[in-house]
Amino acid sequence: MEYVNPEGLRLDGRRFNEMRQIVAEVGVVSKADGSAVFEMGNTKVIAAVYGPREIQNKSQQKKNDHAVVLCEYSMAQFSTGDRRRQKFDRRSTELSLVIRQTMEACILTELMPHSQIDIFLQVLQADGGTRSACINAATLALADAGIPMRDLAVSCSAGYLNSTPLLDLNYVEDSAGGADVTVGILPKLDKVTLLQMDAKLPMETFETVFALASEGCKAIAERIREVLQENTKQLEYRRAA
Amino acid sequence: MEGRLNNMWRLTVNESKFVESALQSELRVDGRGLYDYRKLTIKFGKESGSSEVQLGQTHVMAFVTAQLVQPYKDRPNEGSFSIFTEFSPMADPSFEPGHPGESAVELGRIIDRALRESRAVDTESLCVLAGKLVWSVRIDLHILDNGGNLVDAANIAALAALLTFRRPDCTVGGENSQEVIIHPPEEREPLPLIIHHLPIAFTFGFFNKGSILVMDPTYVEEAVMCGRMTVTVNANGDICAIQKPGEEGVNQSVILHCLRLASSRAAATTKIIREAVEAYNRERSSQKVKRHHTLAKSEVSGPIVVV
Repeated sequence: MEYVNPEGLRLDGRRFNEMRQIVAEVGVVSKADGSAVFEMGNTKVIAAVYGPREIQNKSQQKKNDHAVVLCEYSMAQFSTGDRRRQKFDRRSTELSLVIRQTMEACILTELMPHSQIDIFLQVLQADGGTRSACINAATLALADAGIPMRDLAVSCSAGYLNSTPLLDLNYVEDSAGGADVTVGILPKLDKVTLLQMDAKLPMETFETVFALASEGCKAIAERIREVLQENTKQLEYRRAA
Repeated sequence: MEGRLNNMWRLTVNESKFVESALQSELRVDGRGLYDYRKLTIKFGKESGSSEVQLGQTHVMAFVTAQLVQPYKDRPNEGSFSIFTEFSPMADPSFEPGHPGESAVELGRIIDRALRESRAVDTESLCVLAGKLVWSVRIDLHILDNGGNLVDAANIAALAALLTFRRPDCTVGGENSQEVIIHPPEEREPLPLIIHHLPIAFTFGFFNKGSILVMDPTYVEEAVMCGRMTVTVNANGDICAIQKPGEEGVNQSVILHCLRLASSRAAATTKIIREAVEAYNRERSSQKVKRHHTLAKSEVSGPIVVV
């Protein structure tokens, strides 16, 4: 199948380095301390953060002087074309772990000993790149909850199809069997926290795909910053009125 | 990672400080260089498709079995394979009996992804009757002793077991050529799986805010390190999978350095696995010859045997 036509356009009309439209909003769950909706094209994720609050299950506390971060990733039954069978499969377990550790690296957990922070992530619509969308949504929700962070953790994926590196794969491109590189970075510190990749790629190709995904992350970071600034402005405005 | 955090909890402050400060002067507690690998030994069981890998103190066992099942609807002419992990509480006090924990799931997924997405195992050759019957290969990984770096050891064990696995030969026959006859091993030589290349996992540990890099971390080092990354590469220099699940951030250059280190080691590890498999195959075929030989001999010289 042809994923990039001779004019250099992809199936959904994007160029190789073009991202899908990003729509983000914070403060969507009233009961949560922080929440956000993050949309990337047809992928839609909702995140809710509770905490820092008292540790509910003492056995989960591993380090005494750090906050415990817990994360739950789940995909809604209706999020994909065919109804999903079970709620907690191995993939969700792995993604919960990966997202938790990514967020743990950017939260200043040492400032909040004896407390826990819960991150709940629900995929409402899945169209590729759910783990990236989840990390971006979690960052927004954590910022909304006012939890101190080192930097905004952002994530983006890139792939390689028809000998072209492609930014931000959608479901069709993702399931085409090509490479899929998901990168999570801390843009200000310029550090890579998350890196997941599968499928066979020669070293040099990987480097270009990796660089493309990193650039995508930086663009997303900018967008997230705008959303947060806009939100802060709104809050300020409301207080004044 | 639950297991890792648990053992970090048990490690004394003194011990972890010692490991860390020794690493700062490029010394490791077990006397290895930073990028040295521990001694790798591969043993095989009596039956085909079983292997035992010893990597330093880490001990992992792999078993491969196959059965005929109906294929998935979206892939009617492809066989399937799946990986199951068993983290026995015997291997590490932090492993709990019952449901596989997060670390067990992650380990299985890393190995599964590396084999599946790089198409190392030829699944199309596992098809018997399109849409009706295919071979489903199951790899069971048992952790017998956790000496650190379970992923690499389990990956090698899985590869060794897959390479020595033989499935029974079967033919399609009958009136409308819909009947499947499975030939017992005595009748027809069982067939090996078709494996295109060997994706080999290399795990790196990061210390001291990502500034110190170590290959093949031990149990103690795993308790101290602040991040880890597993790179799966094959001997041709292709990258098959990478897993860096969050934790401490590192620079891009460090990641590319890891990739290069892993690629440079891949050929040597592939050679060790291939040699072990060849030695096993040689022994098996010689045993077979010997058996027939002794049979023939005893028929002739039967009455002479006196004890």
